Amino acid sequence: MSTETLTDAPGGNAELRAYLHGLPGVDQVGAEERAARLATRSIKTTAKAAAIDLAISMVDLTTLEGADTPGKVRALCAKAVRPDPEDPAVPKVAAVCVYSDLVGVATAALRGSGIGVASVATAFPAGRAPLEAKLADTRAAVAAGATEIDMVIDRGAFLAGDYLKVYEEIVAVKQACGDAHLKVILETGELVTYDNVRRASWLAMRAGADFIKTSTGKVSPAATLPVTLVMLEAVRDFRAATGRQVGVKPAGGIRTTKDAIRHLVLVNETAGPDWLTPRWFRIGASSLLNDLLMQRRKLATGVYSGPDYFTLD
Amino acid sequence: MSENVFEYAPAPESASIVDIRPAYGLFINGEWVEGQDGRSYKSVNPATEEVLAEITEAGPADVDRAVAAARNAFDNVWGPMPGRERAKYLFRIARLIQERSRELAVLESIDNGKPIRESRDVDLPLVAAHFFYYAGWADKLAHAGFGPDPRPLGVAGQVIPWNFPLLMLAWKIAPALACGNTVVLKPAETTSLTALAFADICRQAELPPGVVNIVTGAGETGRALVGHPGIDKVAFTGSTEVGKQIARMVAGTRKRLTLELGGKAANVIFDDAPLDQAVEGVVNGIFFNQGHVCCAGSRLLVQESVAEELLARLKTRMATLRVGDPLDKNTDIGAVNSAEQLDKIRTLSQIGEAEGATRWSPPCELPSRGFWFAPTVFTGVAQSHRIAREEIFGPVLSVLTFRTPAEAVEKANNTPYGLSAGVWTEKGSRILWMAERLRAGVVWANTFNKFDPAAPFGGYKESGFGREGGRHGLEAYLDV
Repeated sequence: MSTETLTDAPGGNAELRAYLHGLPGVDQVGAEERAARLATRSIKTTAKAAAIDLAISMVDLTTLEGADTPGKVRALCAKAVRPDPEDPAVPKVAAVCVYSDLVGVATAALRGSGIGVASVATAFPAGRAPLEAKLADTRAAVAAGATEIDMVIDRGAFLAGDYLKVYEEIVAVKQACGDAHLKVILETGELVTYDNVRRASWLAMRAGADFIKTSTGKVSPAATLPVTLVMLEAVRDFRAATGRQVGVKPAGGIRTTKDAIRHLVLVNETAGPDWLTPRWFRIGASSLLNDLLMQRRKLATGVYSGPDYFTLD
Repeated sequence: MSENVFEYAPAPESASIVDIRPAYGLFINGEWVEGQDGRSYKSVNPATEEVLAEITEAGPADVDRAVAAARNAFDNVWGPMPGRERAKYLFRIARLIQERSRELAVLESIDNGKPIRESRDVDLPLVAAHFFYYAGWADKLAHAGFGPDPRPLGVAGQVIPWNFPLLMLAWKIAPALACGNTVVLKPAETTSLTALAFADICRQAELPPGVVNIVTGAGETGRALVGHPGIDKVAFTGSTEVGKQIARMVAGTRKRLTLELGGKAANVIFDDAPLDQAVEGVVNGIFFNQGHVCCAGSRLLVQESVAEELLARLKTRMATLRVGDPLDKNTDIGAVNSAEQLDKIRTLSQIGEAEGATRWSPPCELPSRGFWFAPTVFTGVAQSHRIAREEIFGPVLSVLTFRTPAEAVEKANNTPYGLSAGVWTEKGSRILWMAERLRAGVVWANTFNKFDPAAPFGGYKESGFGREGGRHGLEAYLDV
């Protein structure tokens, strides 16, 4: 696979299809076994402390509900800056992720904090809208100050084999992003097979994605370990082939410290330690943060505090 | 960020759960007895070289006693017992193994050097599964396809190796007892401890005295057992060299014989294979249990068009293997079982270099005490090299290439052995085409080193004869 063919625009849907279907297959049993085996790594003491802080710094603290209000977003931003009011040593999270109409609120609340503002744009979560609407959504979010755009791909087009349409949409949204980072949500729960996950990953990376992300969080299953494994293999291979590094963001369903650490182990042993930074790996979550804080305090003090010792926002 | 941000802290399993006695006797007729000539030897922990226990070396008189006890139990208790009653004992043993599995896994890792991850997640579940599986057959022998009333053979003399001490014990004892035979088992001299722990489980299960007898010792003890006129069946797992000696000893007697011997398995990777899983399969095929696996995929045959890419992926993967303390839950590769075996691996690896193959190991620090060997891969290997022909029985992989499916079959079969093989391709028709042509007892497709009590296992050519596991495994212990 030469570098030129990867950065060139595809010469039509047939060429793109041949290219994606030429990628090595994924054996389902083998991939699930590998993920399960890595999940048995035992992370204790100093390694656990390092992993918890790293995981906190990688969290995209997220609220994506129809009932979101400016007040709720402001509260979330305060939590993002100082996750544990009693312990200033706790790192900040990486970003706050909201709907595009609330980006302005988040931008104002996070000014000067260094925390990114991520916005799900492009007719999230279904992505079923005309391209013009998706681009307008994106531009509005960027104009309001979003530094990261989380776009959804057109799963219908992908499953129908219309890869070129998906590719061209990503290219167009990337252009509309300007300086903002583009995270491409594959919604792996709807792609179903690992072969599809790998193909969608390469398609997104070739179209210019800065990050590939598993899920919207609205479809089950969301981020599973084998899916993250396959995506990590894809970014590792893509960098080897093109020299360009792409980040990975599992999102949805990661609720416990144990889950988060298992994902970090996958990163460490699949893509490698180069990806073990918030620049290249994010975890999309809302309730995970409190469990990380609780485990962090348990490690420091030896005893568990109840959930009421951590703020609810 | 550098790698040390996420160095895994040591996570050792506690050794305090096991109770290793300073000295062990022989388990004969349900009792612990001393050896008659008082000889003994020391069993060491291969990871630390520390002495674990004093083990009795059984002489011919001890073997005589054990065989007599087994004969008595066969004639008077176990042979006449209805299958459904035997099943109860086997189920009880299986449950006790499950209950004590953590203790047995730790003991196995201490005694053998294998990582706790494998003894805990692979060996012990399979050991229990074998007893459960054959317990289920004990009252259904009439339906196994060997006639309406297949009879047991009598007393089985069983000799097992050091690579999977408890698992090989289960493979031997479970079908033998299910069929109504009684046994005298000799574990390997370097790994007797779990067999001796199993003796305790037999007592706990209130198995009638003499049904299972365990005599410890080295080659001499094995010879005395195999050559004993009082046994009806010999079952051996181990090296081809010893297997041949046993075949000679047994030739001309009325004893039945099954042999499960060495291997030099080909792991064949086609250019359309799921490469990441294939790499995982190669790693699992040769580095599982430090490569001390008779069916290890020690010859990698990879299609030339993807050879370079596959090797690059393999080396990246090998660099993440963790070698060290077998009791650490994060260890992937433990200690080599004995100094003698380590010597053999070293010698053959040096020969590989001398023959002109290129040797590579990932950077890894090995502990200063104990018996250790870094995972190693040889590229540029030719069929005529000794490392491509001889069983090394260590974490050493030889890589060869091929261009066409026919060439892959030819090279894969060009070995005196025939225990197992692996095929990696996304093309189902090719898997079947290969499986038909590969001369091996087991052919794994898009996986490797998978075991199941219901699947028969055994070899072609110098890998032995007879099958263990499954319905086929019953045949070796029935008069059919």
